[in-house]
Amino acid sequence: MKKNPVIEVKNVFKSFKNVQAVNGVDFKIFKGQSVALLGPNGAGKTTLMEMIEGIQKPDKGDILIMGKKWKGNERELHRDIGLSLQETHFIDRLTVFETLKLFAGFYELKRQRVDEIIRIIGLAEKTRSYVVNLSGGQRQRLALGIALLNNPKILLLDEPTTGLDPNARREIWSILMDLKKRSQTSLILTTHYMEEAEQLCERIIIIDNGRILKQGTLEQLLKEDNDDKIIEFALEESNPAIDRISNPSGFQIQWDADRDNGIIVLKQIEKQLPEFLNFLNQNNLRLRHLECRRKTLDDLFTTMTGRRLHE
Amino acid sequence: MNKLIQQKQLAQLISAHFKEIIRQPAVIFWGIIFPILMALGLGIAFTRQTDIVRHVAVIENNQVFTENANNELLIHAFLEKHADKIEPSKDKPHQYKITLPDKKLGNTTFVFEKTTWHNAMILLKRGNLGIIMDEKNGRIEYHFDPLNTDAHFSYLKLSKIFGQNGAVVEEGLESVHPLTVHGTRYIDFLVPGLMAMGVMMSCMWGMSYGMIDKRAKKLLRRMVATPMKKSYFLISLMTVRITMNLIESTLLFLFAWLVFHVTIEGSIAGLLTIFIAGNIAFGGIAIFISCRTSNTEVGNGLVNAVVMPMMVLSGVFFSYHNFPDWSIPFIQKLPLTLLADGLRSIFIEGAGYSEIILPTAILLSIGIFFFSAGLRFFKWH
Ligand SMILES: Nc1ncnc2c1ncn2[C@@H]1O[C@H](COP(=O)(O)OP(=O)(O)OP(=O)(O)O)[C@@H](O)[C@H]1O
Ligand SMILES: [Mg+2]
Repeated sequence: MKKNPVIEVKNVFKSFKNVQAVNGVDFKIFKGQSVALLGPNGAGKTTLMEMIEGIQKPDKGDILIMGKKWKGNERELHRDIGLSLQETHFIDRLTVFETLKLFAGFYELKRQRVDEIIRIIGLAEKTRSYVVNLSGGQRQRLALGIALLNNPKILLLDEPTTGLDPNARREIWSILMDLKKRSQTSLILTTHYMEEAEQLCERIIIIDNGRILKQGTLEQLLKEDNDDKIIEFALEESNPAIDRISNPSGFQIQWDADRDNGIIVLKQIEKQLPEFLNFLNQNNLRLRHLECRRKTLDDLFTTMTGRRLHE
Repeated sequence: MNKLIQQKQLAQLISAHFKEIIRQPAVIFWGIIFPILMALGLGIAFTRQTDIVRHVAVIENNQVFTENANNELLIHAFLEKHADKIEPSKDKPHQYKITLPDKKLGNTTFVFEKTTWHNAMILLKRGNLGIIMDEKNGRIEYHFDPLNTDAHFSYLKLSKIFGQNGAVVEEGLESVHPLTVHGTRYIDFLVPGLMAMGVMMSCMWGMSYGMIDKRAKKLLRRMVATPMKKSYFLISLMTVRITMNLIESTLLFLFAWLVFHVTIEGSIAGLLTIFIAGNIAFGGIAIFISCRTSNTEVGNGLVNAVVMPMMVLSGVFFSYHNFPDWSIPFIQKLPLTLLADGLRSIFIEGAGYSEIILPTAILLSIGIFFFSAGLRFFKWH
């Protein structure tokens, strides 16, 4: 059985004045799939999302939602899509309930659905509060609630948890994981947080400078050289210029001057770790801290671009 | 089914916009209390029958004044004989006062102050007085700005007093009939003007600020990503504004009716018609000027550019007939003038439908034109 993709992005380009925000992006998303767009600031995530949402138009390329183009199908597609923008303020002096009711009115939904959503997003105690008096996390949950109102087939969330503390972030994750369990909603979310991508999405698309750098499941992304281990270390000496000292074993040291630590990727840790310690000894460098861990998306990103996901 | 959906959208939008407005305490002040205070202040200042007090400078003719007893100065002698002396105080020199009693029109009091020519000119420039008296070769001379009607008034009265050679004239002749019937007082002129201004201000500031702010906050962007009908958003905004303006104007009228006995002489239905047409005109203009920008500073500038000229030209506070003749036909076509004149014709002149059909049609066309243009170019994101 050949499934039709729910979202199809075909060779899409978009530029602003002198910035090429999206530079030839291609991907397909199938029913029930969750995909994370992972990338640093300015990668083009929002621009790409807004083109999928029909808010911006691509300069070149096509976007098909359930096989349809946006042009001419706006009202129909709007009924099937739920979204939250990277930044939206609602009307300050409407209550949570009134705000949801307003949007429910746009979809011709009954009050019952509003109550349901309030329960789902856990804002029952705040229904009578003005939006302006909500905390950042509560506001994000309200935005998510509005996105979920119409039981969307496709859910598009632009940085749903940015700026939240870990607890508030987990609350949003659990709302979304619940939703995934109960429905066949296809989800795209953008994020800077690798952990969020890992938790919520089976597929991850890493983008930078408007291009897809790599995509696949988390395992696929990390599979190549999966045996690699990461050594992260710090030294007593400050500014050791360690990456400029040649070493006979040939391991690559990436020194991060800002964080004052270094990273080495080791293929055979059992053999190479003693060599590394030996190397430190020979150069009279003393370890302050040493940690061995598995490779993460952050490391993958750093090795691909030389930059970290979020600084 | 489709109809039902759309009605629900419209109803929700209207309810949301209404709540948004009435939950701002400033709205109550600027929309309701401020116009009433204006009517009160200006109404009292310009409508109430008060005594008129005018200051007159009398030039001291130095030596002659004190020495020449047998050729006593006309003005001085007159004042000594007929006027009341006001005791000199710290900062005020010798002054005289003549009061012309008048029961019908209110008393007129002239306060004479002896001073030098130089000083008199300074007082004149400051607007402290309008007329200077002097004498040459045994004749009284009057100096005043010919464009200043008030100085003319003083001149006529003074020349009459001094011409009668001492007999202070009792005013209140049989032939004078003060006009205090409804419709000729300043307050009668002012209230419809204030209503028109209120409509313009509330549409222009309220609606454009609201739209620009929602655009800047990306709320418009979020709203149009739903099946919301775009025109409903704008229609609801206008409906709420018109309702608010209706409430505000009614309160203003009730106040003016209670305090100043202002009445509506003409057709109430006609009044409502042109009032709504005016709202639509300004609502349309407001939508048009805020159809693209997401910057409130730019919005402020645009609103000012529209509002300011009309405030000055359209005769809200004073008749625009003081502007040069060539400009009058142009002024009369401004939306604010159309609305203010239309409201006045019903309030004061007792006009009915036939008189307001033309201005109503023009206002409606202005509104519909700008509304459609605004909707066409409207930037939702
Ligand atoms: N309306 C616009 N006008 C001009 N440049 C824009 C506009 N929108 C986006 N850009 C530029 O396009 C690039 C991509 O922006 P975009 O908002 O898509 O990034 P992002 O990945 O969402 O970043 P962030 O993580 O910070 O939200 C940036 O360089 C940005 O400056
Ligand atoms: Mg973004």
